[in-house]
Amino acid sequence: MNLKQKTSAKSKSSLRDGEGRTAFFAISPFYFLYLVFGIFPILYTSYMAFFAWDPLGEKVFIGLTNFTNLLQDEVLWKALRNTLSIWVLGTVPQLALALYLATILNRNRLRFSNFWRAAILIPNVTSVLAIAVIFSSLYGRDFGLINYVLNIFGVDKINWMEGTLTSHFEIATMIIWRWTGYNALIYLAAMQSIPKELYESASLDGATGWQQFKYVTLPGIRNVMIFTITMSTIGGLQTFNEPYILGGVTGGNDKQFYTLAMFLYEEAFRKFQFGYGAAIGIFIFFCVVIFALINATIASKIAKD
Amino acid sequence: MSTLTIKKSTSPATKPQFKIGAILAYLTLGVTTFLVVFPFWWMLVVASNEKNEIAKNPPRVTLGDQLPVTFDVIFQYANITRAITISFIIAISMAVSHIFFCTFAGYAFAKLKFKGQKQFFAFILLTMMVPGQLGIIPMYILVTRLGWNNDLKAIIVPGLVSAFGVFWMRQSISAVITDEVIQAARIDGASPWQIYTKIVFPLVRPTALVMGLFSFLGAWNDFLWPMLILDGDKMLTVQMAIAQMKEQAYIVNHAAQMGAAFFATLPLIILFFLVSKQLVKGVMEGAIKG
Repeated sequence: MNLKQKTSAKSKSSLRDGEGRTAFFAISPFYFLYLVFGIFPILYTSYMAFFAWDPLGEKVFIGLTNFTNLLQDEVLWKALRNTLSIWVLGTVPQLALALYLATILNRNRLRFSNFWRAAILIPNVTSVLAIAVIFSSLYGRDFGLINYVLNIFGVDKINWMEGTLTSHFEIATMIIWRWTGYNALIYLAAMQSIPKELYESASLDGATGWQQFKYVTLPGIRNVMIFTITMSTIGGLQTFNEPYILGGVTGGNDKQFYTLAMFLYEEAFRKFQFGYGAAIGIFIFFCVVIFALINATIASKIAKD
Repeated sequence: MSTLTIKKSTSPATKPQFKIGAILAYLTLGVTTFLVVFPFWWMLVVASNEKNEIAKNPPRVTLGDQLPVTFDVIFQYANITRAITISFIIAISMAVSHIFFCTFAGYAFAKLKFKGQKQFFAFILLTMMVPGQLGIIPMYILVTRLGWNNDLKAIIVPGLVSAFGVFWMRQSISAVITDEVIQAARIDGASPWQIYTKIVFPLVRPTALVMGLFSFLGAWNDFLWPMLILDGDKMLTVQMAIAQMKEQAYIVNHAAQMGAAFFATLPLIILFFLVSKQLVKGVMEGAIKG
């Protein structure tokens, strides 16, 4: 017994040397690239935010001035409001719809289930800007199909990107269109990993379909829900492509759909205020952390009750 | 009378309800599929009709015969073929390198033992939560210092690996391959490298391909970073080409914009039909472990 243990320990340690070397080779390309292009820029941003940083000229340490200026900048608060509004309009219906689609796809004896699953994933596998061009045509003021249909019901022509709420709505529908199916599949996967016995015993106890959903399904997919909410928070606070291509880099005449990411882009790469841009980046990061925490708390509460 | 009511309540009472539920389910799926497909259909309608057909009341929702004219306009005014080539080069390089490097690193995290393994991995997970835009200004400075402005290297090299790829492959390798299999191979004298090439990679190849496909998609759809790096004249991606056409609405009409959208979408749709099953599976697998 003792002897056996000894030899196995010995062979393990000699194996481990080879393992260490292979592990080193396996990880170092990833690690090197990730360090240089992933970690370093993030850390350097926090450094730059304390400087008045002219890309072609001087870099002057100014302490917290970028941050105090930023917090007094009206544009920041407007961009934050817009970003949050677009994110809420785009995320809440999206995840609710995804949950509903997932319960449908999770039905027993659903026909063509492979077809439906593939169909709802298509929007996620398309070119964002191409879709933006299409949506922009559908929402067109004069010849857009959506205004045409609304007109049948007596609604006057809407200039979607002109208004604050209407522009947010247009951008949000595009986000919903792209991500609902993807999240539905994620929910579906989580639902399928819930043991069938839980449902059986629940229905033996006389639980209705809705009660089963509330007391078995929701708690069962809680972690995945938190995951999707966190991901959509990270994505939502960085919204850039959709408003940019639907309405232009200025974010509208009234900055009605100007987002935080557009603000960062403009300050850093149009006005070349690198330090100020870095401060905006850090602001976005803090928003992500705060909102992700709030959402995770809310989501776990909902699933627990 | 009484037997009837008893029958109704005791025999599978859920049956009529089930039917309504089923109808509702198929209806929802049908409507959803319609909403998914319609924008693509509209793209073809606008691209293949003359402007006044679309502006008519009611507008035309069927295909016209103007597609060749539209394509002429696109090839005359826009660098669309060039843009597609460049986007392909970028996206394929990233996908291939993701499949290679991320799977290899994922193997090390899942099955090899080395110092600081847990801490490394926790760190990677943590950084996945950081928004990419946070580092974009230093990235720009870095790439400029390297002299990579207007160079595809600036887009490809930072995208060769990603935390999400390593995370995904590590999860998949731990789930698919048991320690016993690896142990058995070791006893037979296989080196860690041989174990990787002969056992691990073949077993997780489907997942690795899906992961590569998602990095392909990410690269194809990236807009902000290429726009900062490339001059947009000779060097441009598909997304940039579409953005340019939309900004130059005075030369490039609506139909041509849609035609460009068609070219930007077509490769992805073809790819999708080839691997839709694996993609669905990949998304769902990533979810359970994530």
